[in-house]
Amino acid sequence: MKKVKVAFFDFTSCEGCQIELTNLGETVFMGLLDHIEFVEFREAMSERATAIDIAFIEGSFSRESDRKRLEDIRRRAAVVVAYGSCAAIGGINALKNHQSDYGEFVYGPAARMPHLASEAVKPIADIIKVDYTIYGCPVSKAEFVRVVSDLLHGKTPTIPNYAVCVECKMRETVCRYAVGDHCLGVVARAGCGAPCPADGVPCEACRGFIDDPNLPSLEKGLREKGGLPADRAATKTRMWTAIYRSEA
Amino acid sequence: MAKNIHIDVHHVTRVEGHGNIVVNVTNGAVETCEWRVPEAPRFFEAMVRGRHYTEVARIVSRICGICSVGHSLASVKATEDALGIPVSEQAKNLRRLAKHAENIDSHVVHVLFLVAPDLLGVPSVFPLVPTHGDVVRRALRLKRFGHEFGSALCGRTTHPTRIVPGGFAELPTIDELKELRRRIDADLMPDLVAILGVVASLADKFPVFNRPTEYIALHSDEEYGLYDGDVQSVLPDGTKQIYKVADYRSCTNEYVDPRSTAKYARNKLASYLVGALARFNNNYDQLHPEARKLADGLGLKGLCFNPYLNSAVQVVEIVHSVQESIRILDELIADGIREEEPGKPTKFGAGSSAVEVPRGILFHHYDYDQNFMCLGGDCIIPTNQNHANIQRDFEKLVPEMLAANKDEKQMELGLEMLVRAYDPCISCSTHYLDVRFVR
Repeated sequence: MKKVKVAFFDFTSCEGCQIELTNLGETVFMGLLDHIEFVEFREAMSERATAIDIAFIEGSFSRESDRKRLEDIRRRAAVVVAYGSCAAIGGINALKNHQSDYGEFVYGPAARMPHLASEAVKPIADIIKVDYTIYGCPVSKAEFVRVVSDLLHGKTPTIPNYAVCVECKMRETVCRYAVGDHCLGVVARAGCGAPCPADGVPCEACRGFIDDPNLPSLEKGLREKGGLPADRAATKTRMWTAIYRSEA
Repeated sequence: MAKNIHIDVHHVTRVEGHGNIVVNVTNGAVETCEWRVPEAPRFFEAMVRGRHYTEVARIVSRICGICSVGHSLASVKATEDALGIPVSEQAKNLRRLAKHAENIDSHVVHVLFLVAPDLLGVPSVFPLVPTHGDVVRRALRLKRFGHEFGSALCGRTTHPTRIVPGGFAELPTIDELKELRRRIDADLMPDLVAILGVVASLADKFPVFNRPTEYIALHSDEEYGLYDGDVQSVLPDGTKQIYKVADYRSCTNEYVDPRSTAKYARNKLASYLVGALARFNNNYDQLHPEARKLADGLGLKGLCFNPYLNSAVQVVEIVHSVQESIRILDELIADGIREEEPGKPTKFGAGSSAVEVPRGILFHHYDYDQNFMCLGGDCIIPTNQNHANIQRDFEKLVPEMLAANKDEKQMELGLEMLVRAYDPCISCSTHYLDVRFVR
C-alpha cells in the first residue's frame, strides 16, 4: 500500500505542537512512519512537495501577507487539518484582539514599518476551508495519533464536545473550586485528559469551549464560587478563548 | 576570479521559525549579504497587560514551544522578584533539575534532528531511517527520555503546568525521582554513549570559520550558570565584565532593523553571541569533569571563536547536564520531598530575571500594580540577541567563501548551516521591545 503523504506548515505560533511530534518516542513515531511519509515539514526537513494527502497547519492567521501561502497549501492538499489551538481558534495570539495599541507598546514608533504589520488574529478556517480540527495548547499527542489513524482508515475523527469537568471526575481530581481556586473546566472542551487541574492549576480552556457554552453563568460562578473580583471574572476568558467573545 | 552568485533562501529549513538568506555577488563584488527575519510578530509584552500574576507565566510560556520550561522559569523568577515572593531551596533545586532536563531535551533535537543531516549530507532525518536506523532510534529514545524527565518535574515540557510563582503547583513523588534516577543509568546512558561515538566520528565535518566576538552568558560562582546568576560578558582577549540582572538593558541595547521583525542587540562590540558557545566561553572551568573530558576529545577549548561549533558544545553540555542531574537527583532522594505550598506576594512593583535557556540568556521583566495585575512585560530572547551576530558572521564568511572558490550551492549550504548552528528560535525572537510602562 502506498504511504500517505503528510506535510506540516506553521504560521503565527510557537511551533510547540510540531515539537510534540518529536516527543512521541521511538515506538509510536517509527510506527507512524510505516504508514505515512513526511513530504514537507520546514522545521525538520529541507524537502518540498507538490502533492499532499494531509496537510497539518499550526498557527493563526495574523497578517494579510500570509493569505497566499495558506491558499497555496489548500491547493496542494487533499485534506487540511487545523493543528492546535492557534490554527483552530486563534489561541493565545487572539489575546491582543481587544487591544489597539499593541504595536506601539512593543515596537514603539517603529511599529508603523510595513514588515511589522499585524491585525486581529483569526483561526485559519476564516481564510481557507478546513476539513478537520485538532484543539489544544499544545495538542494532545494521543489525540493526534488517533486522528491520523482515523483518517488512514477512512473514518471521520470525533473530537469531544463535553466539558473538561467530565475528565476531572473520571480521573478523580479534586475540583479547583473545592480548594478555593477558580476554573474554566465547566465549559472548556475536553479531550486533553484534564492535566491542569490534576497539576494544581485551573483549566483555562486552551482547547476552546464546548458548543453553546453558558458564558454569563460561567462569569457568575467565577465571581461567586471562584472568588474572582468582577473585572477578572469578566476578562478571564480572554486568554485562549477571546474568539468566543466576539473580539475577533 | 570574478563571478556571480545569487542566493535567495526563503524560509531556512530545519530551524524553529522563519528566516531568509539573501546574497548577491556580481563580478566578484558582494552587493547584498543579509540575514532577514520575516516571522509574524506576536506582541506578548502587550498581551500580558491586565493579567493576574498567576496567569502570566502560562501566557508567555507560549512564546516558545521548544524552551517553554525556560520561559516559564524566567517569567516566574521575574514575577517573584517584582512581588517579593519567597521560593524554597527544594523548589530551587527542582527548577535547576528542570533546566538540565530542558537542556538535554532541546540539545538532542537540535544536534541529532536538525544539524546531523548536514554533517551526513542529507536534507533531513527521514532519509537516515533506512541508512542509519539505529542512530535515529537512539535519537528518538533520547528525545523521549528528555521529554519524560521534564514532564516528571513540570507536568509537561511543551507549556509546563506545574511551574508557578513561588514554587511548584504539584511536586514529584520520591518514587518518581527514584525511577528517573534508575532510568538515567538503565536507558539514557547506553543511548548517550553510543551517540557520543557518532558525534566524535563527525567532529571533523564542522566547517572551519573563526570570528571572534563578544560572548554573553549567565555566571554564578556556585555552578555552571543556567538557572540563576549575574550577567557576564567575555571579550575575545578574555576580559570579563559582570552586570546585575536588574541592569540587563545596559548590555542588551536593543534596536529596530528594517531587515527583521525581531529587534537586534549589541553591547561592547558591533554584535554579541549567546547560547551554548557563550556559556562555554564564559564558564568553561565550571563544567563537570566528564563534560570537559569530552570537550578535550572534540578539540574544544575556551575561547572558541567558531560559531559552527555551537552544536558540538551543546553535546558537551548534554554530558554536563546528565552528570549534574544525577547529583541533584541523588540529593533530592536522600533529603526526601517535603510537601509545601507555593510562596505568596509580599509587595508589588517591578522585577527582572535572567535564565539560560538552551539557545542562550533569556531576560524577562514585569511591572505589577497593587492588585498584582500586570502592567506590562519585556522579554529579551536569545535568538533576538544573536541576529546581529549572524549578520556579522555572514559579512565575514561570504568573502571568505568567495576567496575559497566555493560555488553557489556550497555557499548556500554553508550559510544555512551557520544559521542552524545558532539553533535559532525565530518565532520567539519577534516581539521585542521599547516597552513603556503605564503607571
